[in-house]
Amino acid sequence: MVEHTVKSYDRDLDTIERLIAEMGGIAEKMVVEGMDALASGDTVLAHQVVATDPRLDALQREIEDLAVMTIARRQPVAVDLRELIGAIRVAGDLERVGDLAKNIAKRAIKIGAEARVPRAIVGLRHMNEVATELLKDVLDAYAQRDAERAREVWERDVDLDALEDSVFRDLLTHMMEDPRNISFCAHLLFCSKNIERIGDHATNVAETVVYLVTGEAMPSERPRGRQETDIDVEAAGGDA
Amino acid sequence: MANLYSGRKRRNLVWTGLAYGATGLGLTMLVIILATLLWNGLGGLSLDVFTKNTAPPGVVGGLLNSIVGSLITTGLGLAIGAPLGILAGTYLAEYGRNDRLATVVRFINDILLSAPSIVVGLFIYELLVVPVGHFSALAGGVALAVLGAPIMVRTTEDMLNLVPNQLREAASALGMPRSLVIQHIAYRAVRSGIITGVLLAIARMTGETAPLIFTALGNSLFTLDPTGPMSSLPLIIYEFARSPYAEQQSLAWTGALILTFAVLALSIAARALSAQTQQK
Amino acid sequence: MSDQVAAPRPANAASANKDKVVVRGLNFYYGKTHALKEVNLNLYEGQVTAFIGPSGCGKSTLLRVLNRMYDLYPGQRAEGEVLLDGENVLSKDLDLNLLRSRVGMVFQKPTPFPMTIYDNIAFGVRLYEKLPKSEMDARVESSLKRSALWNEVKDKLHASGLSLSGGQQQRLCIARTVAIAPEVILFDEPCSALDPISTAKIEELIDELSGEYTIAIVTHNMQQAARVSHYTAFMYLGEMVEFNETNNVFTSPRDKRTQDYVTGRFG
Repeated sequence: MVEHTVKSYDRDLDTIERLIAEMGGIAEKMVVEGMDALASGDTVLAHQVVATDPRLDALQREIEDLAVMTIARRQPVAVDLRELIGAIRVAGDLERVGDLAKNIAKRAIKIGAEARVPRAIVGLRHMNEVATELLKDVLDAYAQRDAERAREVWERDVDLDALEDSVFRDLLTHMMEDPRNISFCAHLLFCSKNIERIGDHATNVAETVVYLVTGEAMPSERPRGRQETDIDVEAAGGDA
Repeated sequence: MANLYSGRKRRNLVWTGLAYGATGLGLTMLVIILATLLWNGLGGLSLDVFTKNTAPPGVVGGLLNSIVGSLITTGLGLAIGAPLGILAGTYLAEYGRNDRLATVVRFINDILLSAPSIVVGLFIYELLVVPVGHFSALAGGVALAVLGAPIMVRTTEDMLNLVPNQLREAASALGMPRSLVIQHIAYRAVRSGIITGVLLAIARMTGETAPLIFTALGNSLFTLDPTGPMSSLPLIIYEFARSPYAEQQSLAWTGALILTFAVLALSIAARALSAQTQQK
Repeated sequence: MSDQVAAPRPANAASANKDKVVVRGLNFYYGKTHALKEVNLNLYEGQVTAFIGPSGCGKSTLLRVLNRMYDLYPGQRAEGEVLLDGENVLSKDLDLNLLRSRVGMVFQKPTPFPMTIYDNIAFGVRLYEKLPKSEMDARVESSLKRSALWNEVKDKLHASGLSLSGGQQQRLCIARTVAIAPEVILFDEPCSALDPISTAKIEELIDELSGEYTIAIVTHNMQQAARVSHYTAFMYLGEMVEFNETNNVFTSPRDKRTQDYVTGRFG
């Protein structure tokens, strides 16, 4: 893109973009490490993940402040306006992703040395890998202003939804098999919900990228990988 | 550096000094002229000057016929020259901005502005006196008009050029025809400037002698008839100044005094008016 | 982010998108300079259309074609079609003064006439209507009210129009234009000589006048275009680059040149 006549305008936008990249890196790392901690019972690592979250919150606030200030001072229009609105939205999504990863890490701490069913975690790990992939791809799409790639992420979220369904059935089976598993599996249920939501935030970012690049909003209906009929999982979510 | 600067300062001092000197010289001349006029003319100033006609030597006389004659010839010059000058100026500024004709008119007008007045007098003599067979105040008026009109052409054009084009456009944008825009907007915007030009022209016409020698000739009798010869202040000054008689010389000084201060008053009035225009 | 907000706020929904002025294949020449190239444009009835673009892009020229202001100067000529209610404004035998009474114009610098406030308004009216004094008084009052100036000048209607402040003078010029009841009003950078408060007043006025009048405004201030107009035309080097609803031009312009211009990336 051609530079602005006013160079400091470009510097403001560059700073915001750099901060978003930093947030993306941190959020991604938290998602990966939160699951690692959960899978291996590594409470030290889990504490580290929890400790990272304030940094993410601070970054989000910094981005918002900078964006608001830039809007007030430069009255951006067109691509610049979309850029700033996009930055605010993406920062919000990444902050939520951090919260969700933190929540998984907290559960890892809570579960601690409790009895484990390693089999039950396999599906969850796979889910987390898919979510991490989505997050990574959408952040790349954001960095490169690649609407096509963002659209792809947006469509791939279906896979994650489908995975969640199968993990849900899996965990249900484990719980029915042995009631002693119930506490552990219930935690995992919440984790699967968190991961699914990380995927939702990734699609939000994807929508933002498409809007940012093209100026058009994505259709409000996203393809769904499952029927919302079986059990109202939404209500079971909530922050730990 | 320091050298360069002090050199510049010195040069500045020298030139400023010269400029002040030149101004002082000019002002001194003016003061001397006015003082001489006052010194020589004030003595002869009396009621007789304004109530009695010019008289042969030995008889107490005044300048009544000359003053009235001056007023009439100048009035005639103005009546003929002002419409001509203002309309021509209007043509140049409003209609002829890009015409070739306007360029020619402007050029000729500039020549007329500096044409020797004696030549103008001779020209009108050939044109109006010779065919008719006798001198007349009317011919004098025409000669004065030829001298005064170029001044009014010039000032009218200059003044109208000062009218911002946006004002004309704004008036046109209301659907106002061109002629109304000129009459009601352009003239009104620079009215005092145009009047200034007229006053300057009057001042010029009042002071002219040469064009009248061949046209109005002069007349020692009181007359209001514009078709016959008529006296006027510049003519009588010219005549009496060369006279061997002291009282006529004195009257010439008084006439010069009256004429000079009349012209001075007109110039000051013109100045005041044009200052008023520029304030707007 | 709802899709419904995309439509520009039409001042009057019923008259939205009814053509008032249609420009087709307009070319304009200053002597040999080709200043407008194949310009197409619609001014919709009751809507405000802003012309933006860098200096010399032809936006003022386009405005001055609409009321044939260029006719005042020799060597300027327009080719193509400019239809006002279907009638070609460029036609040779059109009565220019009548056209200008239908298409009013407000200029960059306030141009009050050198006469009283009252006469500034009455003058234009007298050109077309012979009104008895009482009706003329009423017309002057309503025009001054329409242009939000009445309260400030009602006690000094017979003071010179030149005695007003710049912003007041500009509103006087708008009152003068409104007084002769035109159908279209052209604004040529009406706020570029005014302070921000006066500017806001003029913008409010434009907003109020829209609906009743079809308005075209040339402005160097892009935020102003964004604030006051329903439609925006971006011009560059004599060409109409983009003509669209203002909302679109300032959020997602279609042409890259428009984008670079509105975001301040030009040159």
